[in-house]
Amino acid sequence: MIYIQLFLAFFYPGILGYGGGPASIPLIEYEVVDKYGWMNTSEFSEVLALGNSLPGPIAIKMAGYIGYEVGGVLGAIVALFATVGPSLVAMLILLNILYRYRQSPKVKRLSSFVLPAVVVLLAELTFDFLITSYDTMGIIYTIILIVGAYIALEKLKIHPVFVVMMGLIIGGIFL
Amino acid sequence: MARQRDIFIAFFRSGMLGFGGGPSTIPLVQKEVVDTFQMMTDEEFADVLAIGNTLPGPIITKMAGYIGYRVGGWLGLINALIAAILPSVILMILFLATLKQFKDFDFVKGMSNGVIPIVAVMLGVLTWDFLKKSHKSLGWKVGGIILCVSIVGMLILKLHPGIIIAGLLLIALLLPIKKEERKE
Repeated sequence: MIYIQLFLAFFYPGILGYGGGPASIPLIEYEVVDKYGWMNTSEFSEVLALGNSLPGPIAIKMAGYIGYEVGGVLGAIVALFATVGPSLVAMLILLNILYRYRQSPKVKRLSSFVLPAVVVLLAELTFDFLITSYDTMGIIYTIILIVGAYIALEKLKIHPVFVVMMGLIIGGIFL
Repeated sequence: MARQRDIFIAFFRSGMLGFGGGPSTIPLVQKEVVDTFQMMTDEEFADVLAIGNTLPGPIITKMAGYIGYRVGGWLGLINALIAAILPSVILMILFLATLKQFKDFDFVKGMSNGVIPIVAVMLGVLTWDFLKKSHKSLGWKVGGIILCVSIVGMLILKLHPGIIIAGLLLIALLLPIKKEERKE
């Protein structure tokens, strides 16, 4: 019974959470706090705050942790499956259809038609990250880190893994 | 088997370094999948990202699941998902189980702050690359029109990107093909 509840609690936010992880957080909160009462609001915000500072997508971390708290390891698996499964199945079906007809001129054209939209999407994300960076650490640190990261990634061609690790170390010590 | 190892490494690294939520993993996944392991081209990656955005749910698991499947079949799918998800879930459970009494995670918070500008740079570079690509494949006229429509729709009207992309997909599939295009 608890597993069915866990599945439903994360299934709805998974399919209704348009706009990725962060968009599904209020929906998860509704299910977990208001509907099933597994946590109160302050516990939920504590988990959310910690989750936000650890790597990986937030909806996944919330599902894994809350599932584990409520139903142990199996609970975590059920909650994770409910979060990931439905949208992944839709993704596989859609992309497999496109892949099957990839020689068709219409499908070929499709790939170039979506490129400008991807550009805008990425530009918006870039801007969001710049603003967040400015808000959390101010203009000077932001500029130093941006210039440093650009040189390391694009001029010195250092693998992003090492650049990100440098960022983690610098951030942990100075920020 | 080497393929499966590549899949695991690609998504493990992206998942572990994706501080700041789902979107920050996009440029990391692109670097691993396109540059490091050459599992697909930039254009294919853009398709996956675009389609992924028309569907609900976290973007990284949609990308990991599909790319894993494309490169390594069903085993690849499970492999990529586990690599992308498991480390951060385990970290989360460990942290909350052992460190519940510590109320502030200043060090960890500072760490994720340090990554944000780096992700901004990677996203900026990716934006520029895709802008050049869309100019190359569509030219200034068609490319410019779609770009303007996307800007107005996403940034000014604040429509969800999935709606714009779904619209573009429909136009591409339904609009008749011109004769010159067919010859190519």
